[in-house]
Amino acid sequence: MGLIDNINKLFDHRIRLGIMSILMVNEEVDFNRLKELLNVTDGNLASHTKTLEKAEYIKIEKSFIGKKPNTRYTATKLGKLSFKKHIEALEQLIKTK
Amino acid sequence: MESKKYLDDISQIKDLMNRSSRFISLSGLSGILAGLYSIAGAIITYVFLLPQGDYVVLHSWNFRLIVGILIAVAVLSLVTAYLLSSKKAKKNNENIWDETTKRLLISFLVPLVTGGIYILIKLNSQHYGLTGSLMLIFYGLALVNASKYTIGNVKYLGYAEIVLGLICAALPGYGFWFWVVGFGVLHIVYGSLIYFKEEKA
Repeated sequence: MGLIDNINKLFDHRIRLGIMSILMVNEEVDFNRLKELLNVTDGNLASHTKTLEKAEYIKIEKSFIGKKPNTRYTATKLGKLSFKKHIEALEQLIKTK
Repeated sequence: MESKKYLDDISQIKDLMNRSSRFISLSGLSGILAGLYSIAGAIITYVFLLPQGDYVVLHSWNFRLIVGILIAVAVLSLVTAYLLSSKKAKKNNENIWDETTKRLLISFLVPLVTGGIYILIKLNSQHYGLTGSLMLIFYGLALVNASKYTIGNVKYLGYAEIVLGLICAALPGYGFWFWVVGFGVLHIVYGSLIYFKEEKA
């Protein structure tokens, strides 16, 4: 099946798909906001953001607000493009079935 | 079997995109009520407070009353919008006070407060000819700016207010009537459109 080839393995996971969906429509989102929206644990979220960062789909920026560490995420150009392709692939799959 | 999973994926994407970037849609009823408050305020002003020849002297008692009515209309509209929208949010199991609401309020208030202060400064130097036009324009800009965080077509209401404000600036002397159309009639029309759409959905 050639159609399946276009499905991005990295997005074939609920939480990673969720992170990308949020970053597609928000310029910048911080860790707690992602956690609140996705309803996941700290460790879980951190490991999935790391995976996406390794693929260079998202950028992670760490800073401090006062003494509190603050981690913010943005989608890269590559990430946005890959996500769009993934959506198109999903669309094709559903249409053909 | 697989395609069910992909459909779920898509609905999850849609849900997260909406929840993370858009505030729940404002209630249509609150638009209608805001329009009615404005018209009520305008009628009181027209019948009791506007002296002959549409000429209001700054610092006179009726000028202060007009400002009071304006503030009352604005506060009533905001309180109504808040109450009705939070009721709607509760019904849809959404949280009214989150990051998106905060951003919505900030992007709405920045142009609005800027305009408000600007108008007050102009009023203080006796320039009140363009007040109606300025209120419409800045309110329209505030709506357009805030519309990125709302579902629906608030931006078109914003554009309409801006256009009306500009026409108003070109036709001095009719500020009062443009204000009635912009804050009264447009709110009622827009609110009814949303309201009937909601009822259908």
